[in-house]
Amino acid sequence: MPSLDAAFSALSDPTRRAILARLALGETTVMKLAEPFEMTQPAISRHLKVLEGAGLIVRRVEGAKRPCRLAKAGMETIDQWLAMLRKALARNYDRLDEILADMKPEGGKDIK
Amino acid sequence: MSKMTLKTEGDRHVVVTRRFAAPPEAVYRAHTEPKLIQKWLLGPDGWTMPVCINEARPGGKIRYEWTNGTGGGFYVTGEYLELKPYTRLVHVERMHLPNATPDNRVETTFDPDGEGTLMTLRMTLPDAETRAAMLATGMEHGMEASYVRLEGMI
Repeated sequence: MPSLDAAFSALSDPTRRAILARLALGETTVMKLAEPFEMTQPAISRHLKVLEGAGLIVRRVEGAKRPCRLAKAGMETIDQWLAMLRKALARNYDRLDEILADMKPEGGKDIK
Repeated sequence: MSKMTLKTEGDRHVVVTRRFAAPPEAVYRAHTEPKLIQKWLLGPDGWTMPVCINEARPGGKIRYEWTNGTGGGFYVTGEYLELKPYTRLVHVERMHLPNATPDNRVETTFDPDGEGTLMTLRMTLPDAETRAAMLATGMEHGMEASYVRLEGMI
């Protein structure tokens, strides 16, 4: 299972998020990935290495090229975490509704 | 109608709103009294908060520790900046996973809304990148749709 710490650390950089957004459209090469950025291919490659290390992308060997694509497991880990966060928040407030219903205005101060 | 909204605002904010069928005093107390907090601020079912420190005064400390009972757990620490009883709370907090996340400044307001309360929780993250790391990627990948579905269920 990919590490959430590594994933969020990798996501803290705007270039890496832009790379992920590009890869969401499909597999591509380093050369094509570098095009929209004012960056050298080695600079892009360094970003890809971070993303790969965080489990967010995978790369395969195709002759001299190493096309990259989104790693399903890595993205799903982040999605699940966010869904859990929101669900947990909603669940908390549903529980709070019950607590509040038990806190009668006149006797409220005695509720422990 | 959904009760909770969660949305981003500007570059660094996340805003959550929720209505409650209780007066602001009760909702405020449920956010500042440890014995009450431990009953609801728990996250997913099965989690508990064995440690709850909430010193509701300026400079007062906050420490919440959660456990799932099977070895999983994490904690939050924070400090109060401003308090206006039953109306407004301002504090900073960070999660320890175990490394500390950047400080999140949270302003919580409790406004009378008919017989009840409209609570607004406004988080301010240090920069757009930190917030994006928290939220944006998930939304880019379709989370927004499931958030909307989830809201429909509440």
